[in-house]
Amino acid sequence: MATPSRPIPFLFRPIRGGKLVKHVLLIGFGLVMLYPLFWMVSSSLKPEELIFRQPGLWPSEVTLENYRDGWYALKHPFGYYLWNSAVVTGLSVVANLVACSLAAYAFARLNFPLKRFWFAIMLGGIMLPHHVTIVPQYIMFSELDLINTIWPLVMPKILATDAFFVFLMVQFIRTLPRELDEAAEIDGAGYWRIFIRVVMPLCLPALATTAIFTFIWTWNDFLSQLLYLNNPDNFTVPVALRTFLDSSSDSSWGPMFAMSIVALGPIFGFFLAGQKYLIRGVATTGLK
Amino acid sequence: MTEVSVAVKPPSTATKPRRGGHRSTKRSRREARAAYLFLAPWFVGLLVITIGPIFASLYLSFTDYSLLEEAEWVGWDNYVTMFTEDPRFLSSLQVTTIYVVVSVPLQLAFALALALVLDRGLRGLPLYRSIFYLPSLLGGSVAIAILWRKVFGAEGLVNSVLAVVGIQGPGWVGHPDYALSTLILLHVWTFGAPMIIFLAGLRQIPRSYYEAAAVDGAGPWRQFRSITVPLLTPIIFFNLVLEIIKSFQSFTQSFIVSSGSGGPADSTLFYTLYLYLKGFKSYDMGYAAAMAWVLLVIIAGLTAVNFLASKYWVFYGDTK
Repeated sequence: MATPSRPIPFLFRPIRGGKLVKHVLLIGFGLVMLYPLFWMVSSSLKPEELIFRQPGLWPSEVTLENYRDGWYALKHPFGYYLWNSAVVTGLSVVANLVACSLAAYAFARLNFPLKRFWFAIMLGGIMLPHHVTIVPQYIMFSELDLINTIWPLVMPKILATDAFFVFLMVQFIRTLPRELDEAAEIDGAGYWRIFIRVVMPLCLPALATTAIFTFIWTWNDFLSQLLYLNNPDNFTVPVALRTFLDSSSDSSWGPMFAMSIVALGPIFGFFLAGQKYLIRGVATTGLK
Repeated sequence: MTEVSVAVKPPSTATKPRRGGHRSTKRSRREARAAYLFLAPWFVGLLVITIGPIFASLYLSFTDYSLLEEAEWVGWDNYVTMFTEDPRFLSSLQVTTIYVVVSVPLQLAFALALALVLDRGLRGLPLYRSIFYLPSLLGGSVAIAILWRKVFGAEGLVNSVLAVVGIQGPGWVGHPDYALSTLILLHVWTFGAPMIIFLAGLRQIPRSYYEAAAVDGAGPWRQFRSITVPLLTPIIFFNLVLEIIKSFQSFTQSFIVSSGSGGPADSTLFYTLYLYLKGFKSYDMGYAAAMAWVLLVIIAGLTAVNFLASKYWVFYGDTK
């Protein structure tokens, strides 16, 4: 990646010391960008009354009280909501991996009537605003008596409606050499076997990208969970955090910050673990 | 879409049909059957989760429906009401338009600027890239919206920093003149994702172009104007289309920052928030469905205009 032997590009052609200035500016800008996050972490460790008196990061007094208060502030301990979110998110990840790779294999490798047409429809699905379908979807799930279950959240994933990931995997599978499929075919493997034994193992990077993005998006998703989960016993993390905002006056920001950090923790973890896949995914398909 | 993916990543030649016309029909029938089996979940999803609801919502948009009673056909009433008798609808449209028109170009400008600074050969690139990308992952969450509310609150971070230099700031999120700006800032804050797409695009530009230009005596600015910008236009276009579509649908931020009200004085009432309030708070589902269709038409229209306009400024010449 970094190729120091090559000439350095045009725009900021190095006057002497130019690089150093650039680094200083970048670090400064990065710090400004991340400052609110640092501030949230530091505030969560401060006693309530100090939060808004000290804009600085180093708390003069460190306490975990906010975390204890926040954890038990709602109907259930916060771990309960974390678990609910983990169930919804975990099922969504598995569903997306299976359903999207099945569809992607067909689009990338098999020939069938109207393939171009269906592919165009699939691409159109990426652009379709979710809101166009939510009202009838809500009515449908409510008629089926599935409000306050995980089905409205997971069913769309089981049915491969996250077209982004189908597209991502199609793009990826197309880059794999066809000779491998053909060799397996000569050995007598059917499509299913080729899919499971040849294509999927080579798709691991694309599967990883899909898994990480599905995790992050589902974990963050607010609108669907707000719509479909009304019973505090079924609340996931985003909906629980939101009730925090309703139930507490402006005075309990400490616990709310503490639980917000707990909520962001898994995303941050996945970000650290899966940066490579995240960045590759964004670069190749424009995912967010 | 295709042009864009061409620009980001050249298509592999493997997509061509693998043999000529001598495939037996029996074989191709078997292949088609397998394909439809692989696509079965996707087809069901398309029908039940996507196409079906799209048409159902078109039908509902011409009715008065509250989930409890039968849908009653009202013709164009919902659409007419929206544009003639519903000031909140118009203000939600206005708020969202301002949000999109201001925040998308700003966000893309930041993304492009940072991508240019980070492009090639800069030590520490992966680290910088990650730092700038992180907000994109967190930005849509409830937790960050909560944080934003407090950063720009009356007693928030911004004001306590301002207090250090002796300025008494207003409660930004609670003030009708400023509340929307805080949401715009939040969107700009998530410039990392388009930045990464720009970085990928910059990497596609052959270095030899710059070398040739330098030999011809083109300075850095001239090289930027005549090489980087034209060759990057497909990526700029791609980011623009995507960000416009996405930001028209923003919901979480406005919901959390305004406690689900769109306040103060409807200044953060995003289109989707109003749709939610109409459909799922007032249970005016016919009206909400009509709003959804108007949104679809707006987004489709803007995307079409974008594509038409792209003929005049997007350069595909040498990326093929």
